[in-house]
Amino acid sequence: MIEIRNLTHKYRMGNNQELTAINNLSLKIAKGEFVAVLGHNGSGKSTLAKHLNALLLPTEGKVMVNGLDTSDPNQLWEIRQQVGMVFQNPDNQLIATTVEEDVAFGPENLGISPEKIRQRVDEALDIVGMADFKSRAPHLLSGGQKQRVAIAGIIAMRPQYLVLDEPTAMLDPSGRDEVISTIKKLNKEEGLSIVHITHFMEEAVYADRVVVMEAGEIVLEGKPREVFSQVSVLKKLHLDVPAITVLAYLLNKEIPEFPRDIMTIEEMVVALCP
Amino acid sequence: MLKDITIGQYIPGDSLIHRLDPRTKILTVIIYMTALFIINNAIGYYFILLFSLNIILLSRVPIKYYLKGLKPLLIIIILTVSLHIFMTPGTVVAEIGPLVVTREGLKQGIFMGTRLILLVTVTSVLTLTTTPMTLTDGIERLLNPFKRIGVPAHELAMMMTIALRFIPTLIEETDKIMKAQMARGADFESGNIIQRAKALIPLLVPLFLGAFRRADELAMAMEARCYRGGENRTRMKQLMYTSLDTGAMFVTIVFLGFSIYTRVAA
Repeated sequence: MIEIRNLTHKYRMGNNQELTAINNLSLKIAKGEFVAVLGHNGSGKSTLAKHLNALLLPTEGKVMVNGLDTSDPNQLWEIRQQVGMVFQNPDNQLIATTVEEDVAFGPENLGISPEKIRQRVDEALDIVGMADFKSRAPHLLSGGQKQRVAIAGIIAMRPQYLVLDEPTAMLDPSGRDEVISTIKKLNKEEGLSIVHITHFMEEAVYADRVVVMEAGEIVLEGKPREVFSQVSVLKKLHLDVPAITVLAYLLNKEIPEFPRDIMTIEEMVVALCP
Repeated sequence: MLKDITIGQYIPGDSLIHRLDPRTKILTVIIYMTALFIINNAIGYYFILLFSLNIILLSRVPIKYYLKGLKPLLIIIILTVSLHIFMTPGTVVAEIGPLVVTREGLKQGIFMGTRLILLVTVTSVLTLTTTPMTLTDGIERLLNPFKRIGVPAHELAMMMTIALRFIPTLIEETDKIMKAQMARGADFESGNIIQRAKALIPLLVPLFLGAFRRADELAMAMEARCYRGGENRTRMKQLMYTSLDTGAMFVTIVFLGFSIYTRVAA
C-alpha cells in the first residue's frame, strides 16, 4: 500500500518566494487498485506523482510505500524498484539504441543476472505486444509504440505500482488507445496497481477510483460514476467533461428521472431506448 | 536532406569478422595500425596490402561500402600523394612546368596513398561489422582496467550510448524547427557564409533549449529506473571471447612481428 499522510510540497522560487504545489494532502492507494488522478495544468498532480517514488521529497508530511519512508535515503532504490514511473514524453525516457536494450536498462541497474534479464525483457515485451520490434531503433517507432516500450521497461523491473504521468498527452488518438488498453491489461491480468495521472476525463472511466485535484488539494474523490455525475463542479475546475456525460447531465435537468451518471455512448443508447 | 545522415553504418552479416568480440576487433585494429606505420618499404607494403584485402574479403561486406567510406577523404588523399610526388628531392624523372617529379617522390607518394587508403578501409571494417552498441560495450570493457587511475569507463560508454540514441531524435527536431522557420520566411540557403551563419542562430537557440530540456527529463527517467552509475550494474548482453578471437589476435600479432622484420631487414 502507498500511504500519503498530510503531504505538503513547496517549490522554492527565485526571490525567496515559495509556491505551494501540494497542500496537506492525504491519500491511500491499495495494492491492485487502479486510481486515476484528474486535474488541469498546475493542479499539483505531477508533483504528487513524483513523490510516489521519491523523485521529490515532502516539505511536510510523509509518503510511505509498503511501509518504507520515501525520505529515507537507504530505502530509495527499494522504493524506486517497487514504484515504476512512466513519463509524458516518450522520446525523453528511452535510453538505448534498440528496443530490447532499453527494456533491459532497468533490470541491469538492479544487478540481475544476464539470463534472468533476458527472460524478463522477453516477457515484458510480450505483455505490451512489442515482441516483434525488439531489435528496432526507438526513433523508428510511433508515439504509442514508444510509450509501450517505456511501460515494458518499467514492468521488466517487476514493480508493484505503476505511476503514469500523463502518458497519453503527446500521442494521437490511436496511440492513446494502445496505451490505455495496455494499462487496463496490466491492471486486470497482471494485478499491477496503477496510478494514472491525466487531464483527459475519458481515460478515468476505467479506474476503480477517481481523485480530482485542484490547487494542490483533493476536491473530489470516488468511483468514476459518482465523480462524473458532478458535472457542474467539474466544469468549474476547467476539466473537459466528456460530451456524453454533459448530455446526460442536461437531460437530467429537464427530466429528473433520467440517469445522471452516464459515462459511455453505449450506456446512453440503453438509457434512451431501453 | 538531414534524414540521409547515418552514424555507425553497420551492415548486418554473419561473417568471421562479424562474429569477433568487439574488444578483439578494437585491439587488432590498433595493432594493425601500428604495423601500417612501421612498414616503410615495397615488400612490407605488398604484404600489408595482401593482408588487408583478405580481411576485407573475410568481412563479406560489399566493396561499394568501403569505397563510399573513402569518398569524403578523396581530396586529402590526392593532396598528400601529389605533395609527396612533387616536393621530395632526388633523381628527376619528369618536369611539368615548374613542378619536378622525382623517383623518390613517386615512391613516397604511392606509399603514403596506400597507407591512408588502408587506414580508412580497415577502420571501416570495424564500424561496418560492429553495431554501435556493441562497440561502446567493447570500449567500456577495454577501459575498465584503467578505472583505478581515474578513467570514467562506464560514464564514457553511457555518454556514447545516449549520444547515439539521440542523434536521430535531434536531427528530426532540427528538421522540424527549420521547416517551421522557413514557413515564416527564414532563408537558410542564400547569401554569403556570414549571412548563412547568422541565419542559423534562430535555429540553434531552440535546438539547444530543447536538448537541455530533454537531458533534464532523461536524467529523471534514468533515476526513476534505478540508475546509479556503473556500480553493481549487470548487462543483458555478455561479450564472449572465443577461440576465434584468440586466432585473430594471434594472426595480427604475428603480422606485426613480420612488419617489424621487413623494416629491420631492409
